[in-house]
Amino acid sequence: MKELSLNILDIAGNSVKAGATCVQITITETDETFLLVFKDDGCGMTKEQVENVTDPFFTTRTTRNVGLGIPFLKLAAEQTGGSFSIESATAREHPENHGTTTTALFNKNSIDFTPLGDVISTVTTLIMGSPGIDWRFTHTYGEKEVCIDTAEIRAVLGDGVPLDSYEVIEWIKSSLEEEYDSFYNN
Amino acid sequence: MKSLAELQAIKDKMKNKVVLREGTGEIRVVVGMATCGIAAGARPVLNAFVEGVNKEDLSDKVTVSQTGCIGICQYEPVVEVFEAGKEKVTYVKMNAEKAAEVIESHLKNGNVVEKYTIGANQ
Repeated sequence: MKELSLNILDIAGNSVKAGATCVQITITETDETFLLVFKDDGCGMTKEQVENVTDPFFTTRTTRNVGLGIPFLKLAAEQTGGSFSIESATAREHPENHGTTTTALFNKNSIDFTPLGDVISTVTTLIMGSPGIDWRFTHTYGEKEVCIDTAEIRAVLGDGVPLDSYEVIEWIKSSLEEEYDSFYNN
Repeated sequence: MKSLAELQAIKDKMKNKVVLREGTGEIRVVVGMATCGIAAGARPVLNAFVEGVNKEDLSDKVTVSQTGCIGICQYEPVVEVFEAGKEKVTYVKMNAEKAAEVIESHLKNGNVVEKYTIGANQ
């Protein structure tokens, strides 16, 4: 992937497929590190699935026997000297508290660190694709923070206006643009 | 987040409009957004369709949506156009510029852009 934001778009798709109702994507930056965490309340994965998930020839999809999403993200993290991990609890074994947490840690100063790229576009694409999910995206760097929470937006809109209306998506986009302006320029 | 008051204004403005939209959508544009599609550049293609359809005021008859892997990864980004009573049209190796052409010619005026279809690219 040319941008980390494309990995984010791809990996968040796994939470959608797992039937999650709430997906949190959190980026925490320091001067040296870039930590990316996906936390969902989807159906979770079995122990065997978690063990095999970084194997490119292990996939749940039926169109072909290759699954490159997770291996791509793992490679992107490890090539910077970072790390990658997945923890999961299945709905069957943990009916009260199930889901998957995927963590990728990057060394920002490595020459092999993939730039984040157009993360705003990734967030709006995810919301448009699955407007029924509560998406919570947070990006922090020290005191600075960018945040969007579709549960809050939906509370204002009520039932009358869908979250994936063009006007709402445009609002989310400009909201994120404004926040990123002060995030990067102050 | 930006001021939620602005969002309230959008809500008030849209209340009537939304009702009109429901139940329409004679044409469905579907963009493949699995790992293969995303890596090949599907995100800007999807956004070009979403923006184009709204700017050209086609949103009453055209809906744009995302799907997983269509199974022809070597042709990604792949876009399928479904229209009632017509055969499915599959556009391959798409980008934002080609999307703009498809909106203008196919979605607006009903003329399939043959040169971007899978038939012309095999």
